[in-house]
Amino acid sequence: MKALTTLIAMSGFLREYLTVLVFGAAAVAMVGAMLGAGSLLRPKRAQLQKYISYESGVDPVGTGWSQSQIRYYLFGLLFVMFEVETVFIFPWAVRLEDLGLFGLVEMVVFIAILALGLLYAWRKGVLRWM
Amino acid sequence: MVAQNIVFGVLAVAMGLAAIRVVTTKNVVHAALYLVVVLAGVAALYILLAAEFIAVVQVIIYIGAIVLLILFGTMLTRAPIGRASDLDNDQRWLGVVVALLLLGVMGSVLADAFGSTKLPKAPQIQRTGDVGLSIFQTYVVPFEVVSVLLLAALVGAVVIARRD
Amino acid sequence: MLAAGDPLFADGVDLTVVLIVIAKTVVVFGAMLVSVLLLIWFERKLVADMQARIGPNRAGKFGVLQTLADGIKLFFKEDFLPTQADRRVYRLAPYLATVPAFLSFAIVPIGGTVTIAGHQTRLQLADPPVGILFLLAMSSIAVYGVMLAGWSSGSKYPLLGAVRGSAQMVSYEAALGLSTVAVVLVTGSLLTSDIVAGQSGEGLFGIIPNWNVLRLGFIPFVVFFIAGTAESNRPPFDLVEAEQELVGGFHTEYSALRFALFFLAEFMNTITISAIMVTLFLGGPSGPGPDSGLIGALLPVFWFLLKVFAMLCVFVWLRATLPRFRYDRLMDLGWKKLIPLSLAWLLIQAAFLVDVKWGIVVFTGAAVMGVLLWRAMEVGHGATEHEAPAPPKFQEVR
Repeated sequence: MKALTTLIAMSGFLREYLTVLVFGAAAVAMVGAMLGAGSLLRPKRAQLQKYISYESGVDPVGTGWSQSQIRYYLFGLLFVMFEVETVFIFPWAVRLEDLGLFGLVEMVVFIAILALGLLYAWRKGVLRWM
Repeated sequence: MVAQNIVFGVLAVAMGLAAIRVVTTKNVVHAALYLVVVLAGVAALYILLAAEFIAVVQVIIYIGAIVLLILFGTMLTRAPIGRASDLDNDQRWLGVVVALLLLGVMGSVLADAFGSTKLPKAPQIQRTGDVGLSIFQTYVVPFEVVSVLLLAALVGAVVIARRD
Repeated sequence: MLAAGDPLFADGVDLTVVLIVIAKTVVVFGAMLVSVLLLIWFERKLVADMQARIGPNRAGKFGVLQTLADGIKLFFKEDFLPTQADRRVYRLAPYLATVPAFLSFAIVPIGGTVTIAGHQTRLQLADPPVGILFLLAMSSIAVYGVMLAGWSSGSKYPLLGAVRGSAQMVSYEAALGLSTVAVVLVTGSLLTSDIVAGQSGEGLFGIIPNWNVLRLGFIPFVVFFIAGTAESNRPPFDLVEAEQELVGGFHTEYSALRFALFFLAEFMNTITISAIMVTLFLGGPSGPGPDSGLIGALLPVFWFLLKVFAMLCVFVWLRATLPRFRYDRLMDLGWKKLIPLSLAWLLIQAAFLVDVKWGIVVFTGAAVMGVLLWRAMEVGHGATEHEAPAPPKFQEVR
């Protein structure tokens, strides 16, 4: 009997995600249908000049790819740090009532250590954009 | 468990093909995108195993942050469009040996630890709250160490990226 | 018997349930597409009013059909695929921008529970137990759309726009996540239906609603609002496509329908983020009115739509009022203000939940730390931090 109740719980669980999947598939199908309909309706008059990449009206110089500032990468790295932090905070936030004061202290320590990282980046001028 | 097994089969085949393409494709960005397919497949497998929190973490952290960071890094430094000729080198066979060795080690460790464990007929659903309780009551020290690890990674990156 | 012992079919497959799911999908899809059409028209009209112009007024009454006309026109336009572009990724990017925009709406509760053909069902597409984390997952996938569109175009402006835009979206995603935690903290659940249920009922004095925006002391709401605006690349955070500097930003090389899809995704995101904000902070579909009967079923939907509409008006108002952010200020706001603020507020909130005594301790501690750090920063960098960098001196041409 217990096996059956877990089975039914599992069934409800999987169905929620199945619905999400169906919705996602419907979204993909809709986008695909729109693009398909568009490709049937629109004219195609090939001309080489049309396919040159845009560069303010003059012929493009060099390749389309160019090096950007590495500073953007540091923001990406900071983001990874904070995203991992957020992912840890969520399960903590759900059960804070059971964890009580001990849980609070744990999280204060965790956030304090990561805040140190942010502070370090701040003091080193990584966050300053110029 | 028929429907689940079919889904698992489809996912496994797709993940395997994508994993092969990660290595064989001639463009860095394409390789990263195939990696996204593999990781999304892993997330879907977690859902099948009723470990939803891990599944969503897989999407948020691995797809949304780490592969994004890889893509970001390659795009900023060197990611020309089209086939690159220098993605391969003559250490192919050494790579195969290392990969096989790694596979052997991982496989034997897994078999050693869980070799005789059977998957329950209907897995217990792992709620986010349960994960929270086990992190913050049982694995307190590893959790705090994670923050130090993250801090170290950040400091290292700042030091490398700054020229002064 | 295919179904025997299969978790998916454990309690049998009811055709009505399947039909209800399909019906909900179709209704939500249709409603979202129509509301995007109306929103674009509404935005143009309202901005025109604010600038003492007339705005679209030809297609249909008051120009309501203007967006439809524009959309149909885009179906008949030639689609260019630049020779420099990475063909496959170029074709993939519009999907990656549009689909997450649709999917995040799936978890929004639109109304209460209704009974259709003997089945109790919530007016919500799906209620996965990870709830609000699903939103974060979708918004992290949405970054891919912008990033890959810019890279695969094989052109300089799109690449710049993409790099800039993804750094922006990524920065504000961290703040978005941290401000969401505050809601989870008071609800004790990730489910959007629980979050909405926790906000129903009477609040203080029987008049003031029990909404999270009040219960959480405004700060998470403000942070979420700003971060959400930046996530959906709405003005004043539309640096991804800053016309004056980047032509069209990441979608410069896109034309016809593929361009339209990026446009659709942006407005869809605006609607979704408004709906999420209503769900998380403004009580969702809760509001005064009877609980039973047809009115009891429809009234929550009305309240929900009214609140979403109010949020959309604020978004349009912002667009008409504020100029675009400068990039250094944008990063400043995200990393130096929103993230520290939401972290500190989160801890204060948690401390008050555990014990009022500890709440006061953490609050004073955070306040003292904040003031000290602020002083330290100001001393360290002087007051020049917010100044624009000095323009390079050019030699006079003789």
